[in-house]
Order: sequence, then C-alpha cells, then structure tokens
Amino acid sequence: MPLFLIARIAGRTVAIESSQVESVVDIGAVIPVPRAERHVRGLAALRSRVVTVIETRAALGLPAGDGSAMRAVITVVEGHHYAVLVDALEDVAAFDPMPLSAGVALDRGWQRVGRGIVDRDGEPILVIALDVLIPGTVALAA
Amino acid sequence: MDDLLQEFIAETRETLEALSGEIVAWESAPDDRERLDAIFRFVHTVKGSCGFLDLPRLARLSHAAEDVLAAVRSGERSPDTRLVNAVLAIVDRIGEIVEAIDAGHALDDTGEDLLIAALDTGSEAIASSAAPVMRSPTRSVRLNVDLLDRMMSGMSDMVLARNELARRLRDEGVDPTIEAALERLSLTVAEMRDTVTRTRMQKIEALFSALPRMVRDTAAELGKTVTLHIEGSDVELDREMIEMMRDPLVHIIRNAIDHGIEPAADRRTAGKRETGWLNVAARQSGNQIVIEIADDGRGIDTARLAAKVVSAGLRSDAEVRVMSEQARLELVFEPGLSTKDIVTGISGRGVGMDVVRANVEQIGGRIELANQPGKGLRIAIHVPLTLSIMSTIGVGVRDQRFAISRQTIEEIVRVGAESIRIDRLGDTLMATVRDRRMPLIDLGNLLGFATSEPVMLVIVSVSGGSYALAVDAVLDHEELVIKPAAPAVMATGVYAGQTLPDSGLPMLMLDCAGIAQLAGLVFTREIVIEEDIVAAVPGVQALMFDDLDGVRRIVPLSVIDRVEPVPVSAIRHAAGRLRLSVDGAIIPLVALGSWEGRANVSVLRLRDGTVELGYAIGEALDIVQLPDTLVAAHDSGPIAGVVAIDGDQIEVIDLHWLFSSHADPCAASDAPLCLLEGADSAWLTTFLKPVLEAAGYRVTTGLRPGEQAGIVVTMDCDCPVACAGAPVVRLRRDAEADGNDDSIFRYDRPGLLAALAKSAGGR
Repeated sequence: MPLFLIARIAGRTVAIESSQVESVVDIGAVIPVPRAERHVRGLAALRSRVVTVIETRAALGLPAGDGSAMRAVITVVEGHHYAVLVDALEDVAAFDPMPLSAGVALDRGWQRVGRGIVDRDGEPILVIALDVLIPGTVALAA
Repeated sequence: MDDLLQEFIAETRETLEALSGEIVAWESAPDDRERLDAIFRFVHTVKGSCGFLDLPRLARLSHAAEDVLAAVRSGERSPDTRLVNAVLAIVDRIGEIVEAIDAGHALDDTGEDLLIAALDTGSEAIASSAAPVMRSPTRSVRLNVDLLDRMMSGMSDMVLARNELARRLRDEGVDPTIEAALERLSLTVAEMRDTVTRTRMQKIEALFSALPRMVRDTAAELGKTVTLHIEGSDVELDREMIEMMRDPLVHIIRNAIDHGIEPAADRRTAGKRETGWLNVAARQSGNQIVIEIADDGRGIDTARLAAKVVSAGLRSDAEVRVMSEQARLELVFEPGLSTKDIVTGISGRGVGMDVVRANVEQIGGRIELANQPGKGLRIAIHVPLTLSIMSTIGVGVRDQRFAISRQTIEEIVRVGAESIRIDRLGDTLMATVRDRRMPLIDLGNLLGFATSEPVMLVIVSVSGGSYALAVDAVLDHEELVIKPAAPAVMATGVYAGQTLPDSGLPMLMLDCAGIAQLAGLVFTREIVIEEDIVAAVPGVQALMFDDLDGVRRIVPLSVIDRVEPVPVSAIRHAAGRLRLSVDGAIIPLVALGSWEGRANVSVLRLRDGTVELGYAIGEALDIVQLPDTLVAAHDSGPIAGVVAIDGDQIEVIDLHWLFSSHADPCAASDAPLCLLEGADSAWLTTFLKPVLEAAGYRVTTGLRPGEQAGIVVTMDCDCPVACAGAPVVRLRRDAEADGNDDSIFRYDRPGLLAALAKSAGGR
C-alpha cells in the first residue's frame, strides 16, 4: 500500500502520495516575484537551494489566504523545486487509493487536482496531484 | 591537430588495454568469431584514424592486419597459430608505435616489413615479440561529460553552502579564529571553482572543425566556391556554450553562403574574385568571447529588406521610412521575416535571424551587424565565457534587490547630476545622458511597485540599442551562480534566472532584453534625432586638431570613420611604409610628425567608402564649419591649402593626396570652370575639388544660369551628361579599365590632371 501524506489545504483535508513529496518544511522569508501570476507567492531559500513558493489557494482558484501559511510540501517538477503551501500537516499513513465515487463532481480547482479518494477510518479524503498545482509547466513546454 | 592526436593515443591505448584479454582468448580459440570481430574492429579503427592523422606507418600495419582479418572473416583463410601470431605481433607493434608517438621518441621501423610479410600465407612463423613496451606515465584521463556537469553543479552548490555558512556565522558573531578558517575555506572554494570551470572549457575548435566540410558542401550545392578562413580555434569556451553556439553559427554561415556571397558571374561583374571569401574568427575579450563571421558578398540591401518587411506587413511604410540605416539593418531580426521567397534548400526554411538572436540572447549574448552594401557583411556574436557563474551588479527597487548581468551595463549615473535630464514625452519617459537621448524604463513601475522618483539610472545595452533603467539604489558587485528559475517565473519575461547570494535571501536576475521588449521599446528614436541634427547643419563639418608636428590642421568630418587612441606599439614601419595594426587588420598610416615619448597616439581612421587609412594626430580639438574659401597650397602634398577660422590660419589636409599617396607635381593650367557631375558627388566634392582648385580650376557642382562649363568631370558615366558642349573626363572606381574605356582611375592624379589639361586645351 502506498504511503500518503495527510494535509490540510484551504480548510480541506487532502491526501498526497508520498512519491510526489521530497520533504516537508517550514519556509522562511519569501521574496516576491513581481509580475508573476498570483499563485506564485515568491522565492524562498531552502538550505542552499532556491524554491518557488506556490500559493495553493490561488492555484486552486480559491480566494487567497492571509499569507500566514509557512508550512510547505516540497515537490520537484521538471527539475525545479516548488514549495506548495499547506495549512497544516496531520499524518503519514499507508492507504489503498480508490477511484472517486461515481457521480461525485468536484468543483473549481479541486476538479483539476483530484485523483481519487482514500478512506481514513470511514472518512473519505481527496487524493490530489501536486504537479497540476504548478503553473506554467504544461503551457510553457511549447 | 594535437588534440586529435592526443585523443587518438588515449583511445588506442584504452582499446588496447581492453583488447589484451580478447587477444589472449583469441590465441587459445582462433575460431571464436566474437574475438575476431573485436580485433578486426580495433585495426579497422586504427586504420581509419591514421589516414586522418597522417600516420603512414600505423596505417600500413593496420591496413595489412585488416586485410588478413577480413579474409579470415570471409572464410578465405583459416586462423592458424601462425596467422594469429602474426596479427598479434602487429597489434603489439601498433601499441609500441602509439607509445612512441606519445613519448615523442623515434622508433626504429626495421622489421615492420617482416611483420607484414609474416601475414602472408606460407610465410615463416615469427615469434611474438614480447618486447617490454616503454610507456610514459599517463598525463590525461578521459572523463564522461556528465561527470563534469555533476562536478560543476556540485561546485555551485558548494559555493551556495559556503555563502550560507558565512551568513550564519556573521549573524552569530563568532570568534575570529573561526572566521579565519572560513576565510581559508572561501579561498579554496574560489580556487576550486575556477579549476572546475576550466575543466569544462573546450577549445572552440570543437565547433569550428566541422565548418570546412559544411562550407564546402553548402557552397557546392549552390554552385559557388567559397574559401573559408578560420582564426582563433584555440580560444576556450564553456562546453555548454559551444553547444548553444552551434545552431546560430551554422545558420549564419549558411545564410552568408546562400544570400551573401554572389554567384561567380555576379562577382566578376562586381569586380570581385570569383571565389567567395568567408572568415570565421573567435577571440576572447575580457570575460566575453567574440565570434565573428565576415563575408565579402553583397551585404544586406537595406532598402530591399525594408520593402520586404513592409510588404510582409510587419512594419508600416511610414515606420520604416524614418528609420536610420542601422535600424533598417536590424530589421533582419524581425520575427516572421524569412527568406522564404527564395527557398534554396539551404536557408530560407522559415527559421529566421530572430531565432538566432533569441538563442544568443538566451545565453546572455548579443549580436552586432556591420554591413557594407556590395562589399560584405560582418556579424559579431558576443557571448559570456561561462553560463554558470556571472558577474552581476545588485540594484535595489523599493525594498527588493535584483541582479543585473554586468556585461549588459554600459554605465551607471545618478539622477540629478548636471549632465543628466529626465523628461516626459507624452507619457513616455526619456533620459538624456550627456547629449545622448535614450528611452527610460522605471523598473519599480514596470514591476508594479508604488511610484517614486528615479534615483539612479543604469544604462544597459541590448541588441538594437541602449536604454536607461531607473532604480532606487545600486548596491554591490557579486559573482553569482545563476540558475534557471521555474517556468512560472520565467514566463513573466522579466527575469533571466535566480540565485542565492550571501544574504541568504533568493534574488532574481533581470533580463534586460526582456524588459525592453515588455516596455515596447523600439530603438529608432535616438538615432533619428541624431540624423535630424546632422541634416540641420548646412555645409561641410570638419575636425580641427593639433597635429604631431604641432601645426593646427583640419579634415572634413565625413571622411572620418572614428578617432581612437592606439598604443604606439601598434605602429610599425613595415614593408616600406608606416602601418598600423588595428582590430586585427593592418592599415596604412600617415604621420606628419613623431610620437616619441608618447605611449598612445590618437589616430583618425579615414575612409573614402572603400579604402581605410590611419592618420596619427596629436590631439583632436573641435568640430568646426569648413570655410568655403580655401587658399591653395603652393605644392601638392599632404596639405591642400589653408583656411581662416576665427582669424587663425588652419591647414586643410589634402585627402586626395593622402589616399592616392602619390605626390606627383600637378600640371599647371588655366583651365576654366569645371563641373562635377554624377552620382558620386560626395567623393567628387570632398576629394577632388581641392585637387582641382589647387590646379587652378574653378569648380562647381551645379551651373548657375548663364554659366558655361569648360569641362565636365563625371564618375562612372551611368548618368547622361547634361551639357553636351563641354568635353567630358570620366573617372572610374577600379584601377583596371575594362575594355577600351577611355575613363581614368579616380586616384590616378597625374592621368586625371593631364586629361583635364588636354581637354581644356582642346576647347
């Protein structure tokens, strides 16, 4: 059974498959990137590396948070390191992922990131893919 | 060549080592096909390389062995012990010779005939010569480039980690002994970084070596002949940069052969050699490498280019019409402009120069064009030495810092200084820095920060022109490891990369070309203004200077290409005259005094449109209006005459004499009014008028009503001569006359004056 990281994003509990997660950190000062899209919160130093900080709420098409979230999941997409901001981290556990129940229609950004569900003691948790939260990775390939 | 040889030696040695096991195995089992193939491949490779490297002995040996092994492979011969021994003896011998080449000592070649003879059927068996191979210690190893790349990226990380450590220690205020240790670490890291950077350096030969073949093939395909000259093959460049340069270089060279160099017939008509000339040169200049591609083809016809841009709908006719010559030239970089209308299979496949420029700019470089219509085009590509570590200047905007590549910065000035003005044209900002007008971009504004007054101006040059970037502060100079930023960051078009400086806070590096593009800068304004000024001033402008002999002299400005200081070491008396080495070329130099005791002299680089000439002066003084009245000099010589400027007598340089370099005394004559006619009136007035006046003619370029020309001088009679009554003297550009033409070479002063005298006398 694959391992999942259980986190809270925009007030919802989500599960992230651990293979997508490089590490979980508290990020320090974020340097803004003027003119970038609004889901790029800025750049942060992580040890001796620069990571691009993703404002997850904005990436999901939700109203921006208060900017206080400092905990992030580090993921690597196409060689670049991204820090995806989360509200909180709850748990790491092994689950059996299941497809979304028939008829369940996710709304807004959740629809893009939702991949399935896991069952935590009877509570269904949405499994999300981190890479689709990263802006520009697909469009810019052209 | 040495590199290739070294590579051959290393490769052969390696294969031999790997092969030694195969050889032993083959010896014990001569029927083993796999072993046989391995040995065959070896001698085959050696044979191939030898022909290339001109190593006849090795070629002979390997060729003989290859023949025999081929026979064995095809089943014509059976691998008996004798044959195996003979082949092995040759393989051993190859090893010995290779070692001898590497060590640089001669190896006796007796016995080689015997070795080869031993391969033949029915020859005596030879004892395998197990002579101990004298082997010099290995001085080089072959490494996988991936390993070097990993080393480099590890090095970058190490620099960043050191930076972080330094910052932490500084924050904590540790004791001096630890700081001293850190200092030592820093030094080692810096040294190490240089070394690692060098390991990634490769001679640009790697890029150039393929050119002769490519030029030959391309030219052959087009039915042209082109001579290629390559200079500076030993210039070293980051391996990665070499790869990035490959496509642009190939593209430019193909363009030069396809569009630049004319077909042989056209070249003949234009008075050029039938064989085209292409020069590719590399040189290092500071922390930049300059690659120059020059051809002697037709150059770029800017009028045609502009027309094409207009017809393609990329620019409006009005826009193009106000452009300066240089701006029109830069239209070749216009996206969407391709040479598709003349598809030739070589170029014109729709990939334009815009892509070439984008590629070069992507690696922090720029392209410069120097066009001489009808004579050729020179393209210079400037690129940084390495991609990974850049010299940067930090700038502050509000409370954020950004880095700018030092290479793009021309200068930094403070707003408020006397020679700096900032104005608004409509809503557009414009800076004037010492009479130089350029567009101004307020960086804070562009980045969406709250507006404030500009404090510092960073003047950056991008291909096409320069502009001023207004920032709040200029902070410091840092060597930074620049890494590409995430796509979402790069998509803004403002940044070239990201870095982690000593401060521990990430920093973005600005992409100055991208910023210019975002701000919609079009580089014509500055140049247009200059042209207006030139057009507004009537008459001939001239440069007044103190000559080396202390005399004040004057020379028309139009003929001066530029004035530049040169070290006196660049001046030599060579091949019968003074010559100056400049920009890699040698031009004749004229000096009317001595430069003893000086380290540098200023040189006027004079150009009559075709020929360049240097004129050493003491000091340039001022630009003045050349008075109309010239008192002719008594004798012809470097001085055409004297004019009065502000009550002073100033000598006027005789350009005609300078360029013809012949001081033949001219025939005195009382010839009447001489009319200068034709397309080249600029040359006629600037060069010829003083000569004719000195010879006593009255000279005009247009007849007043009632005036009658006594004689007409015209250049290359492509235009009908207006006044049929007067005798006509025709001049031509080329020294050689074609056919039974009665024209006179324009620098043939005695011939010209004699013809004038004759015509005037026969009136």
